[in-house]
Order: sequence, then structure tokens, then C-alpha cells
Amino acid sequence: MSARRPWPGFVLPVLAAVLLVAVAVASLFLGRVNLSPSDVIAGLSRPRDSLAGLVLIELRLPRAVLAILVGAALGLAGAVMQGLLRNPLADPGLLGISNGAAVGAVIAIYFGLQHVFPLATPLLGLAGAMIAGALTFAFGRGSTLTLILAGAAVASLMSAFLALALNFAPSPYAAYEMSVWMLGSLSERSWDHIALAAPFILAGMAILATMGRAVDALTLGEAQAESLGFRIDRVRVLTLLGVGLSVGAATSVVGSVSFIGLAAPHLVRPFVGYQPSRTLLPSALLGAMLLLVADIGTRVIHTNTELRLGVLTALLGAPFFFWLVMRLRRVAP
Amino acid sequence: MSLLSASNLTVRRGGRAILDDVAFEIAGGALVAVVGANGAGKSTLLNLLAGLATPDAGEVRLDGAPMASLDRRDLARRRGYLPQSPRAEWPIATERLVALGLTPHLPAFGGLPGGLEPRLTEALAAWDLAAQRAQPATTLSGGELARAMLARVLIGDPQLVIADEPISGLDPSHALDTMTRLRGLAADGKLVIAALHDLTLAARFSTHLLALRQGRLFAFGPTPETLTPALLRQVFDIEARITGQGPTALVDYIGLSKA
Repeated sequence: MSARRPWPGFVLPVLAAVLLVAVAVASLFLGRVNLSPSDVIAGLSRPRDSLAGLVLIELRLPRAVLAILVGAALGLAGAVMQGLLRNPLADPGLLGISNGAAVGAVIAIYFGLQHVFPLATPLLGLAGAMIAGALTFAFGRGSTLTLILAGAAVASLMSAFLALALNFAPSPYAAYEMSVWMLGSLSERSWDHIALAAPFILAGMAILATMGRAVDALTLGEAQAESLGFRIDRVRVLTLLGVGLSVGAATSVVGSVSFIGLAAPHLVRPFVGYQPSRTLLPSALLGAMLLLVADIGTRVIHTNTELRLGVLTALLGAPFFFWLVMRLRRVAP
Repeated sequence: MSLLSASNLTVRRGGRAILDDVAFEIAGGALVAVVGANGAGKSTLLNLLAGLATPDAGEVRLDGAPMASLDRRDLARRRGYLPQSPRAEWPIATERLVALGLTPHLPAFGGLPGGLEPRLTEALAAWDLAAQRAQPATTLSGGELARAMLARVLIGDPQLVIADEPISGLDPSHALDTMTRLRGLAADGKLVIAALHDLTLAARFSTHLLALRQGRLFAFGPTPETLTPALLRQVFDIEARITGQGPTALVDYIGLSKA
């Protein structure tokens, strides 16, 4: 681990924000139908008059906004989780919340509710995430270790329910729809989805954003963090609540997306001198950017069936994981 | 000058009393060595005195106010606490680690205010860490890390300092250095309470001795009068010879007591 001087505080957030805006703008041009800059400007100025305008306002823009919201939620939640657990392999999925959201969404598909009411899938997903979070809280308060063990128990219970739903799927088509939903996607998401998820995602992120000082103090271990005036039990509950709201809502709307929450804090950490509080904002920005890039990837890589977002992030994330293991092996004696 | 008082402190775990009816009172300007066999309740007592745990019975008062009634941030500013073998969990720079001691003095967001920057530089210099300022804390040697952790505890200028075995694992020169610094804090009017296993260093540097035996307060008083072969026989079940007093005191272990 080199004694590289961390960058001054504002450099990384500004750089990440500029890159994020650039990628977001690029995402408006790219897709099945590539739009020229003049199309985009014309579409944005007179949205109702042209096909380009419709594509932009009803398809590309909500997609980009949702990718930013979900990616930021995953990146921030990952950074706070890694700070709380002081473990570089922690990931927002550890608390069982993403699996809970998936169970809720799959139940909606199981009963065909999404054909009756389009937002049934994300709504039940949210309910599933909240139930999973409440279970993790009920069994896991007490210590950080019990929180993680309870999270693992809830996560495996929820995957058992997922398997059960697939097992007894009412029709092969329903089974197909469920498994495809679980792979995650940003396609066919409307402003309604954003209106539903954004309040929860933003509320959860607001909670997580206040954890900077606490995760910094936790660098010294829980005893010293307590002695510096923090109540670690409250920090745990707030983390669970923040992750539950933000990642729960994000997963309910787009399905399971892996690796963003794990990778974003890692990529940021060396540039901020490993200080946990300084990873929070850049991780959120980088998470948003990574998800946008992955989503652009699913659009520009032409395949017969849609390449799903969760599949792409997993494919890109796995090599990252190998790199991480190699690096840890090099750093640790 | 702060005043710490404990009355009737009792902690039970699974029907067994870890601490049983411990009571004492001590004012600032003292270095109290807490001694006792493994499992005698030293760490539990220090946790209570630091206000990090609540007893099943009794209470700790700091300047007359019960610990439980104090605001946590206020307490964090007035009391520094160092647990056994502390370590850094991330490779943050040593100066960042030391600056964490200022956390209770900071607003909820933002970096270190400019006014506190000189204090950090001063603390690093006072603890001979200026050269390690930018070095990742995880790569510090044992002695350097111990100094950094003590600097972290003391940078907020607490009146009460509680340290659990601050010299365990340190080589003789770093152990002597740490004890000298702790004694210096007491000379400045602070109250320092430290669990110690090295009885010679306890005899030389502490002003007061607090001996625990199976969760009970066995003895408490000024070190020269309290630290005697009879006490060591009853607290540690050892025969020892104590020669000299103050800075030249020497505690020699002869053997186990014949019960």
C-alpha cells in the first residue's frame, strides 16, 4: 500500500460529477436508434412534435435519471456498509434487503398483478424490502456481527422463497418473466417508476449521507468510536434503515444489480486516502456513472434478446473481484 | 481539576459478579494503576469509569454528575479512552488517525476546520510522529502506533484519561516513554487511570494503586503504602520482593505462593 498523497477534498467529487454528466448526456444519444445532436436539441426543445422528442422524453431521459438514482443509491450504500463493517467485501446485499425486494416483485409477477396494475411489481418489491429489513433488524440488533448473520439468514430465506416461486410458477411464461425480472433491467421504465422510487431512494440516501463522521470514527474500532461520542447501535439501525429505503426501492424498480455497491467504494478509496467519510459522495457519483455505462452497454451491444443489466454488471464485476483478490494477496503478507 | 467517584459498582454476567460493590473516589493530578489477575474485572471497571457501559448497580460520577446523565459528545470531549491493543482498520494517514480524536469538537459535516490544524501539527510533533504524518497508520510499528493512539486520545485535551493496558506489547524504551508521558499528564492536573501488568513500572510511575481481586476492590491508596508483598500475595498469589520507592522501585517475583 503506497503512501500516495490523497487528492484535495473537492477534486474527486468534482471530477466524478463532470464525468457523470458527460456519460448521462452521451446516454441520451445512444441506443437502438442513435440520435444526432440536432435531433436531441430539437427533441428537447419541442418534445411533442417529433419521434426523437418522444424517444428522448419518454424513453431515454427517465432511463438515465433512474440509472443515476439507482447507481448512486448502490454506490453510497456500499460505501457506508464497508465503513460500518470495516470490511472491503461488504455489499448492500448483505442485509437481505435486495433479496426481499426481489421476492416481493416476483410475487407480483406470480399472480400476474403487473397486468392489472403496472406499478404492482415495484410496489410489492418495496413491501418485500421493508419486510426483509424489519426481519434483519428484529434478529440482528445487538451487535454488528449479529446484524450480518441475521442479514445472511434473511437473504437465504428470501432466495428460498424465490426458488419456491419459480418452482411453482403458474406457467412457463410466468417463470420466464420472473427469472428475467431478477436479472435486472432499466428498459420499459417510465416516469411513474421514478416517481414511485425516488422519494424512498432519496430519503435513504439522505440518512446514509449523515454517516460520514461515524464511519470515520469506526476506523478505530467500535470501542473507540463509542468513546468519541457515537452510539454504534444507533449507527447500525440508521444504516439498515438507509440501505433498506434506498437499495430496497432501487431493487424494486430495476431488479437485482450486483457489484456496483461493492466496486464503487473500492475504486474511490485510494484517491481519498482511504478515509471512509470521503468515499461516500464519490462512491455515489461513481456508482451512478457505472450503472449508466452498463446500461448504455446493454443498449449498444446488439443481441437478439435484450442483454440484461444485472448480467452485464455481473460479467464486468467478476473480473474486478478477481483483481481485488489479487491485490489483497499482494498487500497482505 | 476533575473528580471521579464510583459507588457500589456491580456488574453481573450469567449469575456471576464480574465486579462486586466497588467504590472509590479520586481527584485529578493522579495516575492510578489498576492491577489484578487476569479476569479480575479490570477492563470491566475501566469501561464503567469511561462511561462506555452501565453497571447493574451503583454509579460513576464525573465532577458530581452521574455518567448516565452526561451528554455523550460532552463526555467524549472531557474523557479520553484507549482500549486494549487498538488498531487502525483502514490504511488512513497517521495524521488523519490522530485527528479523529477531535471528532467530538467538530460539526457534523466537513473537514478539519483551519483553527484545529495547528493543534494537529503540535500533537504530531509532541508525540514524535511528524515524520510519519502521511504514512498509512496500518504500516506503523507497534511503538509508533501506540504513540499515535495516545496522541489520538489526548489531542482533544480530555481531563480524564482511561487506558486499558497502554504498554502491553511495547518494548522497554517505548513502555518507559509511555509511562513518563502518562505521569506527565497527571502532573498537569489530569486524572489518568490505566490498567497495568508491569508492577515495577506501576510502582515507579503511579501515584495511586487500585487492586482488584475476583471483582472486588481489594485495596486502593497511594502507591508506596499500598503496593506491598502482602498485597501481591493476596491479589496475584505470588511471593515478591519490593525494593526502593518511587523512581527506583523494583518489584521482583520470587515464586508462586504456597497455598
